[in-house]
Amino acid sequence: MAELLGFPPQVLFGQLLIGLINGSFYALLSLGLAIIFGLLNIINFAHGAQYMLGAFVAWFGLKFFGVNYWVALILAPLVVAAIGIAIEKTLLRRLYKEDHLYGLLLTFGLALIIEGSFVHFFGVSGQPYSVPAALQGGNNLGFMFLPTYRAWIIVASLVVCFGTWYMIERTKLGAYLRAGTENPKLLQAFGINVPLLITLTYGYGVALAAFAGVLAAPIYSVSPVMGSNILIVVFAVVVIGGMGSIMGAVVTGLLMGLIEGLTKVFYPEASTTVIFLVMIVVLLVRPAGLFGKEA
Amino acid sequence: MKMLKKLMCSAVVSAMAASTAAHAGSISNDEVRIGYLADMSGTYSALAGPGGLEAAKMAIEDFGGKVNGKKITIVGADDQNKPDIGANKVRQWIDVENIDMVAGMVSSAVTIAVNKVVEAKDKISIVSGSASSSITNQYCTANSIHYVYDTYALAHGTGEAVVQEGGDSWFFLTADYAFGHAMEADVTEVVKQSGGKVVGGVRHPLATNDFSSFILQAQASGAKIVGLANAGADTTNSLKTAKEFGVVQAGQKIAGLLIFLTDVYSLGLETTQGLQLTTGFYWDRTPETRAWSKRYFERTGAMPSMVQAGIYSSVNHYLNAVKSAGTDETKAVMAEMKKTPINDFFAQNGQIREDGRMIHDMYLAEVKKPSESKGDWDLYKILRTIPADKAFRPLSESKCKLVAGR
Amino acid sequence: MTTQVLKNSAVEKGMSKTKMGFMLLLLIGLVAPYAIYPVFLMKVLCFALFACAFNLMLGYAGLLSFGHAAFLATGGYITGYAVMEMGVTPEIGILIGVIASAAMGFVFGKLAIRRQGIYFAMITLALAQLVFFLYVQAPFTGGENGLQGIPRGNLFGVISLKGNLPMYYFVLAIFVIGFTIIHRAIHSPFGQILKAIRENEPRAISLGYDVDKYKLVAFVLSAALAGLAGSTKSLVFQLASLTDANWHMSGEVILMTLLGGVGTIFGPVVGAATVVTLQNYLSQGPLSSWVPVILGLIFVVCVLLFRSGIVGEIKKFTKKNFN
Repeated sequence: MAELLGFPPQVLFGQLLIGLINGSFYALLSLGLAIIFGLLNIINFAHGAQYMLGAFVAWFGLKFFGVNYWVALILAPLVVAAIGIAIEKTLLRRLYKEDHLYGLLLTFGLALIIEGSFVHFFGVSGQPYSVPAALQGGNNLGFMFLPTYRAWIIVASLVVCFGTWYMIERTKLGAYLRAGTENPKLLQAFGINVPLLITLTYGYGVALAAFAGVLAAPIYSVSPVMGSNILIVVFAVVVIGGMGSIMGAVVTGLLMGLIEGLTKVFYPEASTTVIFLVMIVVLLVRPAGLFGKEA
Repeated sequence: MKMLKKLMCSAVVSAMAASTAAHAGSISNDEVRIGYLADMSGTYSALAGPGGLEAAKMAIEDFGGKVNGKKITIVGADDQNKPDIGANKVRQWIDVENIDMVAGMVSSAVTIAVNKVVEAKDKISIVSGSASSSITNQYCTANSIHYVYDTYALAHGTGEAVVQEGGDSWFFLTADYAFGHAMEADVTEVVKQSGGKVVGGVRHPLATNDFSSFILQAQASGAKIVGLANAGADTTNSLKTAKEFGVVQAGQKIAGLLIFLTDVYSLGLETTQGLQLTTGFYWDRTPETRAWSKRYFERTGAMPSMVQAGIYSSVNHYLNAVKSAGTDETKAVMAEMKKTPINDFFAQNGQIREDGRMIHDMYLAEVKKPSESKGDWDLYKILRTIPADKAFRPLSESKCKLVAGR
Repeated sequence: MTTQVLKNSAVEKGMSKTKMGFMLLLLIGLVAPYAIYPVFLMKVLCFALFACAFNLMLGYAGLLSFGHAAFLATGGYITGYAVMEMGVTPEIGILIGVIASAAMGFVFGKLAIRRQGIYFAMITLALAQLVFFLYVQAPFTGGENGLQGIPRGNLFGVISLKGNLPMYYFVLAIFVIGFTIIHRAIHSPFGQILKAIRENEPRAISLGYDVDKYKLVAFVLSAALAGLAGSTKSLVFQLASLTDANWHMSGEVILMTLLGGVGTIFGPVVGAATVVTLQNYLSQGPLSSWVPVILGLIFVVCVLLFRSGIVGEIKKFTKKNFN
């Protein structure tokens, strides 16, 4: 790799851009986890499986019903959210009185079931899903060739992340949500239907995962294990950002993508471990995470 | 409980079997048992997988289901490309189920682990799926045969052809395990011998789904050739990403070093046309290959990869050896297999060397243009034959402990 | 005071019962290899020890570690490397593996025990993943190939472990040692303090206990025993691979413990035996590709319906009907 030691700018910028694209996925996924954690106090281990479900719904739609990418981008999150809501109403709900760890274990079991059945039917090698016609091709940026679809991922995920942030921080519904995170009993006393709020929140968090899944479908092959590969990294992102912090999740997600990209330039061997190393440093310096409050 | 019972019975049976196995000139437990081990659902499942099991079953049926009056049975298992799963499975097969021979075997990492178990237990393995040339080089054993192809053959077929056409600077995308390492090493040797140079490379984990940053590095390297020292879904994903990032438009060429018929079929001719590759078998080459492949197609709905064809041929060769040796005792069968040349639809005058390498002619092929193809499976044109003695690593360069004088 | 005394006598009564159960188990263990495939039994013993080690954290210190695979793998790799490359005898190899796992447990513990509950689980999970990636790349692990052909060697340099039977009794001895250590630890004052911390941490602090220190010691002990399981396993199967370091392995040991009964002494053994038998049995038949799904279902059912596990439910049942 000696010829890379000089780091020509195209390598640096190229890898940073790829890092930002990966970071977009981290941001979307950790945002969903953070929202769910904030209100339900549950680490949603099925998040990776739900991300995979999003991609598969898009694939099913295209293959069997001719549903195109753009429709799938709206429809798949709705379908997966409906599944998520059913899970919350029938299973998760029974555990709110127990230790929160049981929520984590339940969703872990669900992830095994969902992924396992998909592996049984589709194998692990992945199904092809082509890039929508409008986003094919790409531009030569001088330092690299940027496929249009990858640029679209960054835009789409930023819009959704900041839209979500706006909704939570600036709207009435968001105010309820934040109040519920602080003190659900008090909120209930004010006449707000907290169980419904919880259900919708879980649904929305899951929908975010599915949205990321659809975004990922054309560039990664649609495979049953696509979620479990990325999930643990996202967990580390959530720990670094501080659990439950909305803005923390988004910013940390993007930041970790960039750091990963940077590592690929300077020391490629460490690119898979760098996020975990950052996590250790953060834990030593700020145990509650970059944006978290001391518990 | 049922499980325990089954294990109990088998333990008793195996204890009895151990005492009878000593008698040479007989078939142990009155049955010849073959275990078929492969990746049945993962990255490499298309090139061997369930199709390979079907090919092995075909071979047994064609043999009449019996050898010297004793029944032939086969069991299959999925190794998930994991060395521990494969090795543990084979250990149990031999200890409990009295398996005499293991066939199939795809991931080189699994194969090397399994071969160690097979050697320790003194049974036989015939490797058809794996590529790594180290299987009959530094990892060779007296109990294993490498049947279809290897990285040396691929490097000297495809690698040499690419260098001869002016591809003299290479960048490798290498699958980070035994196979990828062997592939990269063998091609590097060929490139250097032909006066070219290797300017860099990256190693990626098996079954990677995002190749974008690797492709970017390949582009930045300025190499003329991007060599894909990976296989199966990793190769198809690399090719897809390379297309997305416009590698070929920017003036680089891609060399797929291990490409199977099944990969070309699933990617389509539009993406793969003009790719050169080395293969040990192509269904549309001779009347014999066509006749056998047609029968295979009728059973599986797909044309055979070289691995699947090789599995049939190797099982057949094994059964023939058991027949003429009159026993399934390891030493006798191995000697018989090495002594007898292989002449069937798969190989002409194939020969198993002392290091376990089966040498036969290989073929340099090119993927047809969509306009040249006359059918779904009309995919290759054979450019030339690489004769057996040129295709595989000569014994004089071998590091195998079984080769005389080493 | 009186309740305290009552409890103590109950503990003693429980202990004698435990002793009886243990003797019975040992007896079965001694004759089992003549009826059942020894390699299968060794696998059960290794995983039973692994689950017992894990249970020490979850059942007695109340901390859910989602990273115990790292210790299992470390034990396996280090022992494998020591035996293969340094040529040491198996017992020394195991000792080195255990020390390495304990050292890693110390580092994990230092980083993780400052947090509790879900945070603790997430941090251990992420740390274990870091270890996984290190092992993917580190040259001594053989990466994706794993360490293959690890010799079983000669115990103390004299007793050959090549055959399955001698190896089995060696593994059984190791299991008994590990199990006894755990049992003694739980019933020592140290174990009582751990339980006190689990039940009410602020109270334990106000009583003057250095809570973090106790947790750390428990974590290191648990890691060392998980490493012992991994070391032994690598000798049994003569290989060490990434499967052991994967986070699914951390999930599996949770399942074993949960299914058998968290916080019971025999629970993890029962759970491990059940899960390993199930995996072995199912992987033969047509249901082989459904194994993860079935494990997931067991997980869900355990969490929703019987959180005290098989042994816990039996205990409840006997208490209700025979006391």
